[in-house]
Amino acid sequence: MTTSLTKLSLTAARDGLLNKEFTAQELTTAHLDIMAEKRNLNAYITETSELALEQAKESDARLAAGTQGALEGLPIAVKDLFCTKGVRTTAGSKILDNFIPPYESTVTQNLWNAGAVMLGKLNMDEFAMGSANLNSAYGPVLNPWRRMDAPAKELVPGGSSGGSVAAVAGHMALAATASDTGGSIRQPAAFCGVVGIKPTYGLCSRRGMIAFASSLDQAGPVARTVRDAALMTQVMASHDPWDSTSLNVDIPDYLSNITSDVRGLRIGLPKEYRENLSEEMSTLLQKGIDWLTTAGATIHNVSLPMSPFALPTYYVIAPAEASSNLAKYDGLRYGLRIPGHSLDEMYENTRREGFGPEVRRRILIGTYVLSAGYYDAYYLKAQKVRTLIAKDFERVFQEVDVLLTPTTPTEAFPIDEKPVDPVTMYLNDIFTVTVNLADLPGISVPVGLSKTGLPLGLQLIGPKLSEQRLFNTSLALEEAARFEEQVKNLHKGA
Amino acid sequence: MSKNLIEGRTGLWEVVIGLEVHAQIVSRSKLFCGCSTDFGAEPNTQVGFFGASMPGMLPVLNHACVDQAIKTGLGLNGKVNLVSVFDRKNYFYADLPSGYQISQFTHPIVTGGYLDIDLEDDETKRIHLTRIHMEQDAGKSIHDLHPSKTYIDLNRSGIALMEIVSEPEMRSSAEAMAYMKKLRTILRYLGTCDGNMEQGSLRADANVSLHRPGTPFGTRAEIKNVNSVRFVGQAIEYEIYRQLEILEDGGEVKQETRLFDPTKGETRSMRNKEDAHDYRYFPDPDLRPLRLTQERIEAVRATMPELPDVKKARLMADFGLSPYDAGVIVGEQEIATFYEQTVTASKAKEHSQAAKMIANWLMGEVFAALNRDSKTIETMSLPAAHLAQLVDLILDDTISGKIAKDVFAKMWESGKEPGALVDELGLRQISDTGAIEKAIDELLAKDAAKVAEYKAGKEQLFGYFVGQTMKAMHGKANPGVVNGLLKKKLG
Repeated sequence: MTTSLTKLSLTAARDGLLNKEFTAQELTTAHLDIMAEKRNLNAYITETSELALEQAKESDARLAAGTQGALEGLPIAVKDLFCTKGVRTTAGSKILDNFIPPYESTVTQNLWNAGAVMLGKLNMDEFAMGSANLNSAYGPVLNPWRRMDAPAKELVPGGSSGGSVAAVAGHMALAATASDTGGSIRQPAAFCGVVGIKPTYGLCSRRGMIAFASSLDQAGPVARTVRDAALMTQVMASHDPWDSTSLNVDIPDYLSNITSDVRGLRIGLPKEYRENLSEEMSTLLQKGIDWLTTAGATIHNVSLPMSPFALPTYYVIAPAEASSNLAKYDGLRYGLRIPGHSLDEMYENTRREGFGPEVRRRILIGTYVLSAGYYDAYYLKAQKVRTLIAKDFERVFQEVDVLLTPTTPTEAFPIDEKPVDPVTMYLNDIFTVTVNLADLPGISVPVGLSKTGLPLGLQLIGPKLSEQRLFNTSLALEEAARFEEQVKNLHKGA
Repeated sequence: MSKNLIEGRTGLWEVVIGLEVHAQIVSRSKLFCGCSTDFGAEPNTQVGFFGASMPGMLPVLNHACVDQAIKTGLGLNGKVNLVSVFDRKNYFYADLPSGYQISQFTHPIVTGGYLDIDLEDDETKRIHLTRIHMEQDAGKSIHDLHPSKTYIDLNRSGIALMEIVSEPEMRSSAEAMAYMKKLRTILRYLGTCDGNMEQGSLRADANVSLHRPGTPFGTRAEIKNVNSVRFVGQAIEYEIYRQLEILEDGGEVKQETRLFDPTKGETRSMRNKEDAHDYRYFPDPDLRPLRLTQERIEAVRATMPELPDVKKARLMADFGLSPYDAGVIVGEQEIATFYEQTVTASKAKEHSQAAKMIANWLMGEVFAALNRDSKTIETMSLPAAHLAQLVDLILDDTISGKIAKDVFAKMWESGKEPGALVDELGLRQISDTGAIEKAIDELLAKDAAKVAEYKAGKEQLFGYFVGQTMKAMHGKANPGVVNGLLKKKLG
């Protein structure tokens, strides 16, 4: 019984609760059991089992009274980037190891208002900086998947939302919150075979979500099905007067409106995303094209000529904003403090000890590109390129409705084969960063398996506020790809 | 030689001064959060999650502060920009919780503008403004509570400031002081800054340099955070002579930031150019550009009060006040308001004569009484209506100007109406010719010798007869009637 409960999708579990097939407490306990079982994956930084059971009990009461919310009694987990009142929030950093926020992030508050149950806080790359979850002060997260040819090799889950995807793929949560600054939802979702969407910039409030790069950061969910992702998104999203960049728009009921009918939908294939693709990824992309064509969509070749400049642009803007956003971690008011004989010495001691090497690297890069004499050449130029990238998309979206690309260049890689230089690591984001730079929504859907039996994802990109269209197109892909079935067949074969 | 040039041993020098004034915006809450701005609260009681820069907290612009900045821009004749941008000014300091100050760097809310400063001999000089921008104040570091520790108070952190930047158009400390005074007056009229310099609501950074007339500007030193008009004068005076000595000795002035020490009356070096911060300004990604509509600007314009220069011109034109009198009256908005209330309350038929007389009484008796009792227009208990009535009593010949001074003293102390006091004390002026004629007849009969002298040509004795008649009438006789009757009787 317990195992089967954690196999349910979020929406199926919701139906089960509504039909009184099981209780929220049973559902929560089943998840807490698996969490204990799979601690080796290191997906959670903080488990909040007592709180979860308490919330589940309250949910059961509301379910009994018929006053349930949209996510009533459903156990989910929260990336440790979202501040949770009274629950330690670290952002994966030693500098916030002892930080217990006295406030709740808007996104998580929306979830609790809808009746969701919090299982715990999820591991992540420090301050969301990373593509392999190897930069966490709480150790790496392991991918629940293993290669068929080398089952002993531990694989990265991707990053920075490594804990979120590992927990959802490993059935340690029905869904999870995550954040995406340059691909931190979509890349790990692809690596772990789950659905992850980065909504339009401003759809989910950033209040209470610890900032990495403010103009790029966007919260979104990770879930096992497209419908689950749709349900999570509509609860997480809201207009927030306490976030000046929050969009003042009505949030549609994505789940009720969802349809896999994509007849007549114009799918664009950006040529720049197909250059130098591995054979495996090319084949996967072709499959995606075939599925969508079969479903009645039309395929169009398009070009986004500024794409090659996206990655360097991203790695100027994101560190620039981060260098300023992270200045508040000075050891004075909260978090780690390593004393010194002067104020400067305390800053140096605290920040040297509190930040990991990748965070320090990005603070240095960001400080450099904003400094006098370099600002025009780096930051200002990057802002101009960012505008041009957004214009590329605007133009293309006059011709097509949705873009189809691979999510990542490769499958998940083994922890001991991680790229030694940071630039190769940054290439993981090559297909995902453009979306953040243009404020657009992008979704990764698991649709296939590599030769070694690892999940592969395709990405769909739409114009601003086209989330419904992305969910619909993703559903068409999901239905055609039958990913779960592919996995079952693989295991039968193995 | 222009009075603004200074003569050194080696020749003439011209002083160049520009002022950056930080004016705290009058607003109940801070620039980007709802925390209170009240002065003098217990340390760290007026700071919230955003003000303490807790992770994930975001700025939300206080639009009341924006309207105040617009009003200030209009009041100082600047151009209010329809789009302005908030930037981050990055530097580490213990009382700057976020590690950056939100300010406006490349696109300020107001560009240009000017104000006319009032100099001696009714001269004015127009000083142009470069810009006005909005920014957050920092917190306060308290270094003197512990030998090795610094305490931080974040109550002030995040309070809205306007930085008002002048062009380098002032040429003496007197001009700089006049600028500060005029700016303070205008801001107080607008109600956008209370101008309270002791509480730090208005602070100036002064850029001072010297150069030979007709040559390019010299290297400037910036004197930071001077918080009174007098100190602005002192700091600049000191700085001029410090630089003069260096230049006259053939040295070079260093570009640096200096602090003014009011107890010693001197400036000292705080940090030089090499130590200057690289603020790494960039647009704050947490805030959208501030977009204004022309309608909003016009709505603010509709709330503008009459400003001192316009009011001064009106008082001169309508009431014939002298430039000096009008200037004094409009110098403080409270005085101007009291003056105008008094003029309005006066029922005298000769309105402009009353207005002039009220100005004299205000600047004479009222100011003297305020000085003597250490009070201000706001704290005194004299109602405008009482002063108006007093002047009316003079104008309708109920009392003489001399008697009015006594009535004023009594009314200042007692708070009673002057009309009631006149009756109570029996001070009503006597215009009844019969009574006066009787007194004059008695006097002339008694002083026949003096009458003879007068008639023989000693005309200066006329004053004597007036004085004696007034004395006999206990000062209550109408001087006009006394004069007329005496002239008639003495032939």
